[in-house]
Amino acid sequence: MTHVPVQAHVHFSQAASERRDFTAIAQWIAPGAKVLDLGCGDGSLLGYLRDTQSVRGYGVEKDDANVLACVKNGINVIQMNLEEGLAGFEAQSFDVVILSQTLQAMYNTERIVQEMLRVGKEAIVTFPNFGFWKHRFQLIGGNMPVSKNLPYQWYDTPNVHLCTISDFDNYCRQHHITVRERLVITEGKTIHLFPNLLGSLAMYRCGIAP
Amino acid sequence: MSDISSVGVVTPQTAHFSEPLALKCGATLPAYVLVYETYGTLNADRSNAVLICHALSGTHHVAGKHHEEDKHPGWWDNMIGPGKPLDTNRFFVIGVNNLGGCHGSTGPSSPHPETGKPWGASFPVVTVEDWVHAQSRLADQLGIKTFAAVVGGSLGGMQALQWTLTFPDRVRNALVIAAAPNLTAQNMAFNEVARQAIITDPEFHGGDYYEHSVVPRRGLRIARMLGHITYLSDDAMGAKFGRKLRTGEIKYSFDVEFEMESYLRYQGDKFAGEFDANTYLRMTRALDYFDPAADYDGNLSAALAKAKADFLVISFTSDWRFSTARSREIVKALLDNERNVTYAELTAAHGHDAFLMPDQHYHDIVRAYLENVE
Repeated sequence: MTHVPVQAHVHFSQAASERRDFTAIAQWIAPGAKVLDLGCGDGSLLGYLRDTQSVRGYGVEKDDANVLACVKNGINVIQMNLEEGLAGFEAQSFDVVILSQTLQAMYNTERIVQEMLRVGKEAIVTFPNFGFWKHRFQLIGGNMPVSKNLPYQWYDTPNVHLCTISDFDNYCRQHHITVRERLVITEGKTIHLFPNLLGSLAMYRCGIAP
Repeated sequence: MSDISSVGVVTPQTAHFSEPLALKCGATLPAYVLVYETYGTLNADRSNAVLICHALSGTHHVAGKHHEEDKHPGWWDNMIGPGKPLDTNRFFVIGVNNLGGCHGSTGPSSPHPETGKPWGASFPVVTVEDWVHAQSRLADQLGIKTFAAVVGGSLGGMQALQWTLTFPDRVRNALVIAAAPNLTAQNMAFNEVARQAIITDPEFHGGDYYEHSVVPRRGLRIARMLGHITYLSDDAMGAKFGRKLRTGEIKYSFDVEFEMESYLRYQGDKFAGEFDANTYLRMTRALDYFDPAADYDGNLSAALAKAKADFLVISFTSDWRFSTARSREIVKALLDNERNVTYAELTAAHGHDAFLMPDQHYHDIVRAYLENVE
């Protein structure tokens, strides 16, 4: 199942080691796992996981330029729109399904996490925490938050379903999703105290309670 | 001016096969020839060969031209050549005319070995599997054990897929473009109308028209006109012709009045003058019969379990004859089998014909994929 390495093969482990969220996700994935990355972009996360964890991976992506980048990077990518669900994937056919910083840009948000847990034995969801203190300050100041993790203006943002860590906790509870592990980071550092206030990026490892 | 990205002037070659070929229909071809062309150079370990499978009306003439002034390059010349997406500086590319064809490979218009007269109606109904077998023998003759890639669009894509099932160890990558795991009833219905147009032409003579020195031109013409309608999208026809009148005014006649009619008649006439009706019947039947899942209770995933190749599957949004949904079925079956597969669903206006068009993004995808093929 390993993809044939190529002459100009891009090695992701180095460039990506800077990305704390990548290393955190990698820690949650067993070597050789079968992984589906939803909204995989140019495939750098999958490339990183392939190089560090020897995962067997597939990406899902709708954007032409990103699909092309994945092909260049030797990443298996399926071009489709996540909003239509994951009907093309069998139930429980992946060890892990990842939704990395894409949740907030989806319309069918409620359905997608359940779809992830239908297709995968486990789901990893990461999203920018709207409750981060810098965001709250900007709102108190009277403006929509713009930050490193939310780099858009209100009029050009693709984000339509922003939430806080507290919101996502509630969502999981209401939808019978078990949070197996949660990691909150800011500037690459793990946040333990007041995560909903001090955390800029939230990462969840979820499953369905047995 | 010579085009440096063209493979230049090419000469078709003929491969002779004396070992009989058992066909799926039960008949056996005692001996046959395949006409083919090659572009690029086979490397020392014979590992850089790419086979191009043609569609319904395609030929072995895939790239380049037959003489310096040739105005009609091969049918996929925009894809194949030095520095092109399928780069002949790296790959040794083979185009082959399929059995039952009418461009030099043994087919209904070829002389029957016993009578010396054209096979005509007695030429067997060949299938995609038969073609793949015949192609594999050509590969044997050329000393090619495995193909770096087998590539095809439409009916050609079906052959690429079949290659991975019949010879899983002989194809490392399959590029299955604008194809389907089988034809839908609607799709087969178009084929049936096309065949009926040919068969009911008074000059068809049950398929033995050669001995009457006629051809069922009218039937073939209508068959091709129908085909062309299904190869284009409504939008593409609208953009190309719309309701444009040839002379600017309605004449209240049944002559060519709309530009679209002119196009269809031109395509029909051109095709009827150069293609063999018996070949057309057989090509459409090969399409109808292709159904790898049939032996597995319709379970395509089970059918594709044999495949070992890596796959690039491509479909085009406006292709309604081989819709994106059909390509997604192939992708799903490959995912179920944990094959390496990439699927690109290309936004294109041209309908089924899009797979032959020089679209930048389409070519970028093919180029990028093939650059990673060893």
